[in-house]
Amino acid sequence: MKKKLISVLLAMAMVFALAACGGGGESKEASDSGSADGLIKVGIINNDPNESGYRTANDKDLKAKFTEENGYDASFAYSLKNDEQITAAQKFIQDGVDYLILSAADVSGWDGVLQDAKDAGIRVILFDRTIKADPSLYEASIISDMDKEGKDAANWLKNQKLDSYNIIHLQGTMGSAAQQGRTSGLNTVAKKEGWNIVSQQTADWNAEKAQQIVQSAIDAKKKFNVIYAENDDMAKGAVQALDKARISHGVGKDVVIIGFDCNKWALEELKAKKWNYDGQCNPIQAGYIDNVIKKLQKGEKIEEKTIYLEEKGFDANEITDEDISKYGI
Amino acid sequence: MSKNEGKRLDTQAMPAKRFNKQLLIPLAALAALALFNLIVDPSFFKISIGENSAGDPVLSGYLITILDYGSELAILAIGMTLVTAASGGQDISVGAGIAIAGSVILRVVCGSEGSTEMQAPLIVAFLIACVVSMLFGAFNGTLVAYFKIQPMVATLILFTAGRSIAAWINNNELPTVADPSFAYFGGFFPGVPIPSPFFIAVACMIIIALVLKFTNLGLYTQAVGINGSSSRLNGINPEFIKFLSFVILGLCVAVAGFIKVSRLSTINYSVIAKDIEMDAILAVALGGNALSGGKFNMTASILGAYVIQFLTTTLYKMDVQSSALSAYKAIVVIALVVLSTPVVRSYISKFIKMIKPKKQEEVV
Repeated sequence: MKKKLISVLLAMAMVFALAACGGGGESKEASDSGSADGLIKVGIINNDPNESGYRTANDKDLKAKFTEENGYDASFAYSLKNDEQITAAQKFIQDGVDYLILSAADVSGWDGVLQDAKDAGIRVILFDRTIKADPSLYEASIISDMDKEGKDAANWLKNQKLDSYNIIHLQGTMGSAAQQGRTSGLNTVAKKEGWNIVSQQTADWNAEKAQQIVQSAIDAKKKFNVIYAENDDMAKGAVQALDKARISHGVGKDVVIIGFDCNKWALEELKAKKWNYDGQCNPIQAGYIDNVIKKLQKGEKIEEKTIYLEEKGFDANEITDEDISKYGI
Repeated sequence: MSKNEGKRLDTQAMPAKRFNKQLLIPLAALAALALFNLIVDPSFFKISIGENSAGDPVLSGYLITILDYGSELAILAIGMTLVTAASGGQDISVGAGIAIAGSVILRVVCGSEGSTEMQAPLIVAFLIACVVSMLFGAFNGTLVAYFKIQPMVATLILFTAGRSIAAWINNNELPTVADPSFAYFGGFFPGVPIPSPFFIAVACMIIIALVLKFTNLGLYTQAVGINGSSSRLNGINPEFIKFLSFVILGLCVAVAGFIKVSRLSTINYSVIAKDIEMDAILAVALGGNALSGGKFNMTASILGAYVIQFLTTTLYKMDVQSSALSAYKAIVVIALVVLSTPVVRSYISKFIKMIKPKKQEEVV
């Protein structure tokens, strides 16, 4: 009997411990009475800040902007999984936030919860990633033009006028907007120019997986002279595999390395001419979101729902130290 | 009386026979994979010597890749086997544990400013990571052994929180080590053509082999796994053995984490060693070890780990979409689990007897 009691108690303790763990992802920055103080109550749903340096910079920027001093009462929720994000969104709706600010893990599955938000009079602003839903469900979508990023990189590659194009294409997690945009950017140009895609594999933004995929291509003695990695981490993993097999890479070498996101360390590789090109993906978005909210608060209308962030690409031959400190994340 | 006799016979006659039988499963899987590759493309087995970018000679080829990338898994399989045998459950927090260990190493090596130069000797960083990992192992072990929480539930805590802890250790920075000597342990030592992770894995295997041979750890672990109360009656402390198995796994996690961060000279908290816990558990299962605890065969588990890497590398070679890899692994698991059920086993042995009425032993 005693044992049973203890086990029940333990089980309950476990449940609480787990609930505490589950709640760990969300942090409240201010009390619920936020709107009464004239603060704008926002619920921000983002991807896990540990996902990449990009996300860390993005999260830092948001945290710095949405403070009480700036007139916001912000709650944050993080997840890399769509269903967990939707749950967080539902919670924010119940909490009665004024704005739901969302960077969706996946492009689809959001119609229901955004409709709920609309019914509750909550305005939704998408940032960083777009979703497949009726545009009437959100006020604005502040995003990187991933297609343009991909196209810019592919056009840069075209301008290199290599003798042949044999490309290993390392994709991000399938279904994410960054993957779709950067893949379609490359695919469009590759099809038009008749480039040969040696291998097209998803490495889930993961350097280890990228290393294994490139290692496998090397082991199979496949011929390639371009690595198009959809983020810097995967490019790094690929380079690691090349180094092991003494395949030279970088400016004027055997393999052209293309990465995305403009991490500081990646731009330094670029400067050292070990990589060739890095496409920017701008994580500094809080200012854009802030502007949209200010406009909406004044009762103005947002004419163009899709707002593109300004982004550029860097060539190893042109990059300067100034660029690294300004654009590196 | 007869029952007792039966048991004694079992323990005396089993080891030799069981050894063969249990090794059969991973060996058969390995043979099947090797055969498949031999038919599809014999060049799979070619090993050539080349140079890496530092100009040192290195071996390359699919088999080397398997030995290289299978190392972490083999090391984890050692600890996971002990945990499985002693507690009858699995630790699902090893991936998160690797993130923590790797983060600790980078934190010590890079210092608090996140400099790319080495701030502390590597051995110090490694030892600190070992201590930290063993502490986390002890945490899991305490929950399982003394609070009698199911291992999978107990380790779920660290599984959920581990990667955030790892990120917190380095203040969410992603430190990079520029010193080439840091990458030796995940790549090649200058002048040695065989990948270093393989040496580390072999060292771990030798250590565990010696421990199992010269101490009672193996016997006690099995005794606790088979029947905790009766082992207590025989003077073994089952709680301590379970606790110890988690601490040993913690040590294995630290070693694996060290290799992982050395491979890339950096860390990414959310994706490092992703889903490796499932592979480690699969390795134990592939080794024919009962996931409900009790008897275990370390060699079979380690072989199992390399079989998994063999499978992964084969699938990469076949240009299978890497997002589909886990589906293929799942098929293997299902096949194995079904094959190892008593029902199917008895059918198979009946079938074999029918074909070869004279032979009593199964043919390898």
